[in-house]
Amino acid sequence: MRMREKIILRVVSKAFIPFIFLFALYIQFHGDFGPGGGFQAGVVFAAGIILYGVIFGLDTMRLAVPERLMEYGIVLGLILYGGVGIVSLISGANFLDYDVLNAHDPTHGQHLGILLVELGVGITVTCAMTTIFYALAGRGEK
Amino acid sequence: MQWLGLWHYWAVIILMMIGLYIVIARDNLVKKVMGLSIFQVSVIMFYVSTGKVEGGTAPIIPEGGHDLVYSNPLPHVLMLTAIVVGISTTALALALIVRIQEAYGTVEDDELNAIDGAAL
Amino acid sequence: MPLPIEIVLFIFLLTTAVVIARLEDLFAAAMLTGIFSLLSAGLFTIMDAVDVAFTEAAVGAGVATVFILCTLSLTAKREYQQPTRILPFIVVGITGAALIYGTLDMPAYGDPDAVPHGHLSAKFIEIEEKAFLSQDKHAAEPAQHGSGEKAVGLPNIVTSILASYRGYDTFGETAVIFTATIGVMLLLRTRRREKKVSPPNRDQMETTS
Repeated sequence: MRMREKIILRVVSKAFIPFIFLFALYIQFHGDFGPGGGFQAGVVFAAGIILYGVIFGLDTMRLAVPERLMEYGIVLGLILYGGVGIVSLISGANFLDYDVLNAHDPTHGQHLGILLVELGVGITVTCAMTTIFYALAGRGEK
Repeated sequence: MQWLGLWHYWAVIILMMIGLYIVIARDNLVKKVMGLSIFQVSVIMFYVSTGKVEGGTAPIIPEGGHDLVYSNPLPHVLMLTAIVVGISTTALALALIVRIQEAYGTVEDDELNAIDGAAL
Repeated sequence: MPLPIEIVLFIFLLTTAVVIARLEDLFAAAMLTGIFSLLSAGLFTIMDAVDVAFTEAAVGAGVATVFILCTLSLTAKREYQQPTRILPFIVVGITGAALIYGTLDMPAYGDPDAVPHGHLSAKFIEIEEKAFLSQDKHAAEPAQHGSGEKAVGLPNIVTSILASYRGYDTFGETAVIFTATIGVMLLLRTRRREKKVSPPNRDQMETTS
């Protein structure tokens, strides 16, 4: 592991990774008001995880972010997205019509729906990108 | 010179053609994927350039912002989806290339054809 | 009137694309595709597509480059030198000429009266602007919904269309990511499963395969 000797890379990335995650969360939840959204946030979050894996090695990465967890995450995000649609369907509106999610104010219902749906997209994208990285990088380590 | 207003499209088309050239002329499969991603970015750029409005701003409404001109948000939405599909197909293509490398020991198109031809 | 920065970015993009086409060192070419994406993100910002620029910068310059580098570490680092063939140039030239001929009928870049800006797009912007700004003034009063016009009422119109008006589309997009990841896992994860099998079985499997 030649990477262990690259102390500057290790220290700098350790300092940067929390801020990458913070930035991803900002993109995720500020996407309604500025540029950004679930997809961008998911990719930035995954980029932070992948940076960790590239610097510290796949085995360390597996300890921090279990592969199994990521696999469940892909499904969880999609189910969250579809679940919002089902809930609005049960509440008597069309599939993915968020107006009914808040009984008093349809606008708040829309905001809640978009927040949940974007969260679903974000989870799926983070986990999908991390899983693809695991698959591609894990192929080479055997 | 009414055609001068079209030079954005032409520049994008030239980019697109460089991507297409890489896809059809280069033998290395990874290089083909790179060409494909150049092609994809060019197509996205073409769509986004049709949504630009002269003097417009990004389609985000500021607090109390009245009488602003916004660029067309619809191509942006469609192209966001296209980028997502693009990275998914790229990842799938790269996975296939890895399997081809393991099965054939090469990712050069002409060598693959030669191996397949010899096997027949 | 073209901005000078647009011309500069286009020249950079064209140069990068030509260099990618000519380079035989694939690692360098992979890094250049990242730079290509970053430059195009700058161009998207000038074209007012901030969300697209954001995505392209995150995807193209970040994740896609890492994936290509991962693949290169498993395959060849360099591609073989090959003679320049004339046929691809002819094909590409004809296709490009046909496409440029096709653009001659298009509205000029940035034309406010162009067809794509009418119809649905104008409606989206109008509804959302009205809803968001009226929300601003009287927060308690529900915006627009009495009139039968549905609105989302978020400042970012792209997010509104993406997640609400075209929610089906985005659901499909998420499903595409899901499917592609399943495909990648199916293609690349067989080794790991074999590792879990107990040693005698694994020997058996290796001899049979």
